[in-house]
Amino acid sequence: MKKGRSVQAWIWIAALVVAIAMPWVFYNYHTGRQSGFVVSMLSQMGMMTILALSYNMLLGQAGLFSLCHATFFGIGGYATIHFLNFAGDGALPLPLELFPLLAGLAGCALALVFGYMATKQRATAFAMITLGIGELMTTAALMFHHFFGGEGGVNSNRMIGHSLFGFKYGPSIQVYYLILAWTVISALLMLYLTRTPLGRMANASRDNFERVQFVGYDPRMVRFLQFALSGFFAGVGGGLYAITYEIVTFDALAAPLSANALLMAYIGGTSAFGGPILGAILITLLQSGVSLMSNSWLVYVGVLFITMVIFAPNGLMGLIAAHGPIVSAGRFGRLLVPYARVLVPGLIMVLGFVGLVELASFLTIGAAQGKTLVLFGKPIDEHAALPWLSAGLCLIAGGFWFSLEARAFRKVWDAIMTELKPGRSVA
Amino acid sequence: MTETALSLRNVSKAFGNMQIIRSVTLDIKKGERHAIIGPNGAGKTTLFNLISGRFRLSSGEILLNGARVDGMPPHKINRMGLSRSFQITSIFHRLSVFENLRCALLWSLGYRYSFWTPLWRQRELNATTNSMLDELGLGSRRDTPAGLLSYADQRALEIGMTIAGGASVILLDEPTAGMSNTETDNAVELIRRVSTGKTLVMVEHDMKVVFDLADVITVLVYGQVIASGPPAAVRANPAVQEAYLGALAA
Repeated sequence: MKKGRSVQAWIWIAALVVAIAMPWVFYNYHTGRQSGFVVSMLSQMGMMTILALSYNMLLGQAGLFSLCHATFFGIGGYATIHFLNFAGDGALPLPLELFPLLAGLAGCALALVFGYMATKQRATAFAMITLGIGELMTTAALMFHHFFGGEGGVNSNRMIGHSLFGFKYGPSIQVYYLILAWTVISALLMLYLTRTPLGRMANASRDNFERVQFVGYDPRMVRFLQFALSGFFAGVGGGLYAITYEIVTFDALAAPLSANALLMAYIGGTSAFGGPILGAILITLLQSGVSLMSNSWLVYVGVLFITMVIFAPNGLMGLIAAHGPIVSAGRFGRLLVPYARVLVPGLIMVLGFVGLVELASFLTIGAAQGKTLVLFGKPIDEHAALPWLSAGLCLIAGGFWFSLEARAFRKVWDAIMTELKPGRSVA
Repeated sequence: MTETALSLRNVSKAFGNMQIIRSVTLDIKKGERHAIIGPNGAGKTTLFNLISGRFRLSSGEILLNGARVDGMPPHKINRMGLSRSFQITSIFHRLSVFENLRCALLWSLGYRYSFWTPLWRQRELNATTNSMLDELGLGSRRDTPAGLLSYADQRALEIGMTIAGGASVILLDEPTAGMSNTETDNAVELIRRVSTGKTLVMVEHDMKVVFDLADVITVLVYGQVIASGPPAAVRANPAVQEAYLGALAA
């Protein structure tokens, strides 16, 4: 147990080192700068990590299915823009490093108000109230121009000339390190929270809200406080968003971002603390990487989500954790061949699927944009039958082959599990 | 009044037109081991739900150590010193056995809703939890998720969580239901040990357990108390024999 924990700690420290070094890996010696694309993607990962982790304080830790988490992210963003403007006018003598803290307080304050309503209920009723809150805030953002700036949003300038460390925060690399620092601080604080009485009782009320009452706790109060704290961290994320982009529109608090928070937390894994971090990184990669290559990247995110919900409800982290006992028993080697055998048909199946999606998308959106589908340097006619047939064949044959191999894989897996410990649960 | 731990005055409960509990009046003395028996559907569990605040009374009043508790939410009644277990095991399935028991201790040790206290550094809390685990015979299952425990172990944990908070009045709802003979004997031993110096009220179907443990037996039939008194007197009561024990013999 102890050993496993220190290994985990080292993995996270290594991940942090990678995060620090990454911009320099993509250093462009011609321009003498880091790649703007990479820095902005990394920055996005940082904010999304905070958002996903704070969302998981509700979903994974307290069993609360919230649909308005972006509300608190967004309000943190708007508040920060206004604070930056005050600071620009000289009315707020505060170093830029502390602005995310103000954003967090704004998020927390709003979460106290909305949480008071939403946490009266739990489960489905809670989800519905939060859905209403999300819609309410989106509407409010379009109605109250003074604060939200309407469709165009509000903008500001992050170079307020006041920093604890003498940074100007002109170049985005400096902002990235600010984001990274706040991401680490927030993650550590949220980890700490899981090991306090409130954090534990949030777990307890997730498992069995009724019993919580009979050990002296008011489950509503547990939900309420957890909700408010989660709003704080979402606000911090929003503050970093505002500092990075220097503009906040209602996208920052609208439903798609709330859904994104859910996707990231779920795909990464809600039952392990680090899961949402993985999810945030993966989804951001898809968002910034795949969205450049394909019009239909959202289809892939959706399919990934559905696949995870059906086959890996504990997310990526759950998949990794399931391998833990096998690796520590030194039997991972036996899985290598079965994995390879699943991988080949799996790739063919995925290729077939991607082919069909892309053909369809080039037939519709692509045509409207005047693009043509090019594969291996050859243009492909999406009106011809051959590409459709071959993609379809890949999908069907690959899928069939895959299901056969998956069954064989399952057998090997089950055999190893029974050898390790009879009756052991994988969950 | 101070001699009475729990007092029910004309307590009634109806669900719609269904009268489940009909004007039950009952005094349970401090330190007493009190068993409530009765045929299925007599309203025993409903009575527990009323006392512990899970349901609201239709009429009547309930006093805990002399203070009115009817109409209070369950967590407030719990804080006033009444704790209950459930007929269907009610634990925190994904938390470890240790965490389950620690959660049951938190409020009584004054941790409230603290989100700044690091739990791993609470020596006294953790030591108390560990020693209770040993007392319950769950020491070796400390880090097992509670949902993966055997049934008997889950029942033991359930009892442990019920008594952990140091409540003075303990309600146990069929603590030995579904257990084998050996497990039942162990459970009776455990209940006897942990309920020392406390007031114990239990619903139980196993007559051996009832006559083993109880100082006073109350018989509930169709939501009404038809007899209440020491085991020998209740056993001899003709109304009880007809309504309950007689039915069993036949």
